[in-house]
Amino acid sequence: MPSTKVGLSRDDLIMRGGVVLLAALLLVIVGLPLWALLAKGFEDRDGKFVGLANYVSYFSTPALFNSALNSLHVAAVSTVIVVPLAFLYAYALTRTVLPMRWLFQGIALIPIFAPSLLPGLALIYLFGTQGFFKALLGGGSIYGFDGIVIAQVFYCFPHATLILVTALATADARLYEAADALGASKLRVFFTVTLPGAKYGLISAALVVFTLVITDFGIAKVIGGNFNVLATDVYKQVIGQQNFSMGAVVGMVLLAPAALAFVVDRLVQRKQVALLTARAVPLVPKPKPGRDFVFTLICTLVSIGILAILGMAIWGSLIKYWPYNLSLTLDNYDFAKFDANGWDSYWNSVEMAVGAALFGTALMFTGAWLTEKTRGFHVVRGVVQLLAFLPMAVPGLVLGLGYIFFFNAPGNPLGFLYATMGILVVNTVAHFYTVGHLTATTALKQIDPEFESVSASLKVPIWRTFSRVTAPICLPSILDIAIYLFVNAMTTVSSVIFLYSPDTKLASVAAVNIEEAGTTAAAAALCVVIVLTSAAVKIVHLLADRFLLDRLQAWRRR
Amino acid sequence: MTYLEVRSLSKRYGDFTALGDITLDIAEGEFVCFLGPSGCGKTTLLRAIAGLDPQSSGTIRQKGRDVSALPPAKRDFGIVFQSYALFPNLTVADNVGYGLVSRREKRAAIAARVVELLAMVGLPDAGPKYPAQLSGGQQQRVALARALATSPGLLLLDEPLSALDARVRLRLRHEIKALQRRLGVTTIMVTHDQEEALTMADRIVVMNHGAIEQVGTPQEIYRRPASAFVADFVGSMNFLQGTLMAPDKVQVAGVDLACPGQDGLTLGQKVNLCIRPEDVRVRDLPQGTANRLTVEVTELDFVGAFCRATLKARATTDVAMTADFSSNLIRDLGVERGTQLDVALPPDRLRVFAA
Ligand SMILES: Nc1ncnc2c1ncn2[C@@H]1O[C@H](COP(=O)(O)OP(=O)(O)OP(=O)(O)O)[C@@H](O)[C@H]1O
Ligand SMILES: [Mg+2]
Repeated sequence: MPSTKVGLSRDDLIMRGGVVLLAALLLVIVGLPLWALLAKGFEDRDGKFVGLANYVSYFSTPALFNSALNSLHVAAVSTVIVVPLAFLYAYALTRTVLPMRWLFQGIALIPIFAPSLLPGLALIYLFGTQGFFKALLGGGSIYGFDGIVIAQVFYCFPHATLILVTALATADARLYEAADALGASKLRVFFTVTLPGAKYGLISAALVVFTLVITDFGIAKVIGGNFNVLATDVYKQVIGQQNFSMGAVVGMVLLAPAALAFVVDRLVQRKQVALLTARAVPLVPKPKPGRDFVFTLICTLVSIGILAILGMAIWGSLIKYWPYNLSLTLDNYDFAKFDANGWDSYWNSVEMAVGAALFGTALMFTGAWLTEKTRGFHVVRGVVQLLAFLPMAVPGLVLGLGYIFFFNAPGNPLGFLYATMGILVVNTVAHFYTVGHLTATTALKQIDPEFESVSASLKVPIWRTFSRVTAPICLPSILDIAIYLFVNAMTTVSSVIFLYSPDTKLASVAAVNIEEAGTTAAAAALCVVIVLTSAAVKIVHLLADRFLLDRLQAWRRR
Repeated sequence: MTYLEVRSLSKRYGDFTALGDITLDIAEGEFVCFLGPSGCGKTTLLRAIAGLDPQSSGTIRQKGRDVSALPPAKRDFGIVFQSYALFPNLTVADNVGYGLVSRREKRAAIAARVVELLAMVGLPDAGPKYPAQLSGGQQQRVALARALATSPGLLLLDEPLSALDARVRLRLRHEIKALQRRLGVTTIMVTHDQEEALTMADRIVVMNHGAIEQVGTPQEIYRRPASAFVADFVGSMNFLQGTLMAPDKVQVAGVDLACPGQDGLTLGQKVNLCIRPEDVRVRDLPQGTANRLTVEVTELDFVGAFCRATLKARATTDVAMTADFSSNLIRDLGVERGTQLDVALPPDRLRVFAA
């Protein structure tokens, strides 16, 4: 039985127009590039359709196919190491009483602010051909499997920890009291209450780490040596051999595990019912000297590991001539000596990050609002939702490759974007679209759903309520999205490595190039500058959140 | 004059019928309550009238204009939600003036109107405060002032008092009612609190399972419930199972009781004979009083202003009912557990429903 067709108000028309525009935009920046990539895999070098020929040759070339196995191997081992480690750390942060908890929390986040090649560079200083501790390897080499895994553990640690902290923080104290009252042993409580409660977090963390490792490019590039993985293969096929069709095939192979992990995660999370009901009592850990000491020790060791890697990169960047002349210098920061762009690549990065933060935040928040608040129009809203979720499942390299094929295609009216700063910004926004969209959606779901009804009854245009009420209320989330985009834009390598032009080279890409040319110190220096910039922005954000927002948003106070 | 005409309104969610064929007229200036148990479709009906969740079929006319297919922004109503939906980042004055600003009125005129509205709801000094700094009852009044600011022809209230504590609720009942009477604005209020409906409404629409059970003044609903559901839902009611022996006689557990003449029922049919606890008479029972029974008081619960007694007929313990006795009566007659009394069930206070 069809509902009475209700006429559309001007608000409805504006909103629907917005949703259609958003769908079209997402199609252009996400859907079509992926489609172009898919199509490319079925063409030969001259653009003739060859069916599955490229795939056949991929799977029958052991050198190529081996990389896929290598990628899976590295990802599996890294996951098995990172997840338990992050679980211990997250458990310490949420369920025990740590001295200087904020410090441990902060240290765990450091890797997020670094481009992924940073841990690779640090490992070269420590264990490389001329490394300090090379002797410890006993003839072995850090280049290859071991080096990649160690660097990946550093790089993925904060992502897993953040997920597990969230999972462990949402515990209901009443469950523990009940278990205590029933006289259950500590071990039994852990296995019957704690672990099941964190089950979905653990699955999610494992899948995220797995995907991060499979899709990361920087680490394997720097410290992979002759150990080939999918990500480096894509790069070699495209940049080295200019074999775009084979690049596309490897990209599709790279997409498969990432997309699969994403789908599994979605299915699992859907099963999760809200463990935390409105009446749950938050768990506040009580001091327990023995346990607290053990966990403080664990956290200290992990923190030392993280700081050692960061510290090594910083120190290395300040050294004159490793390992023969250890005196300190700022020469390595004079990037013009190592790369034609000099400091320009850094400023390009900053420009790109600011652009992505501004344009991306506006787009993601407005887009999430349009998708949430438009009345009816389910089909188009569904398309938007799908396109907004897609980037999460797509590795940066794959998206970047799709951008080449799509924007560089002859006759594409958007071709003028190719090799501009614009395409870097658009690509970065598309690459990180999902998280921003989800953050905005969550924030919007938390505010009273009747605001729009009230405005309609008062005959106030809906966009007015958006700008006067909805957006100001969501300001903290809007800032979160902006910072997230800024930091990721500063550090990303994979999605932009195919898209820069000589004028728009980014710092992270320059670091890869400099390292390729053999100057580890300058590459490390560039990474350090990136870390300092993104961490500084984050710290300013935290301070602003604490002091400025409080003053601006007096209405939050009771 | 009919202000709002609802005709054959239905609302379906998939296979589920939330509202089935609702027809209702509301007069100009009337205060109408939608009353019913949770999930009966009160909110659904209110939101359909506002256009927020349009009906599946049926029509709505407001002041003679067919609004059935109009979006909310093109209808004429003010609304207050259970959550109040006040804008937390705007001051009380900005909240109240929210609908006035977009009408391009002069700043001074808006300010004056806001002052007037705030005075009207008894919060003359709240203007510069933020909603979070007000109590629940105060927020409720601000929401009311905001809804009334644009002088809508129809005021819709969805359980406006349910989030408040009992005392505040009682006071606001009177204030809202007085305000409504003063402004003469046609008002629909959704509630599941029968006392609220009885004290505030000019007319009550009792709903159940997406259908209207009865429409009437509070007195009609209370005194002459049209169905067993209404009888049970509004106020307390004794249900005595019996058989209709004659149009004006019901036999309950072997005892014949006189009742008002029935014509919709067939003789010999199983029926429920209903009487409210406060209608059971104890004093002034002259010889020949109809429906006289000798009962024993088996329970006596103190409820404050009165006591609720459980009575069992002596002739047959199958007849049991509750009755409300005033403190005076209990003192005068020395009623306590085990006391035997003569009571009467006045025929004009009895209602008969098919069982
Ligand atoms: N969006 C929806 N989809 C499916 N069913 C719905 C939806 N909205 C309401 N219903 C169902 O319609 C029925 C009527 O809902 P409604 O909100 O009108 O009840 P109500 O009388 O206002 O109850 P309450 O007193 O609890 O507010 C309920 O059974 C509810 O489950
Ligand atoms: Mg309701």
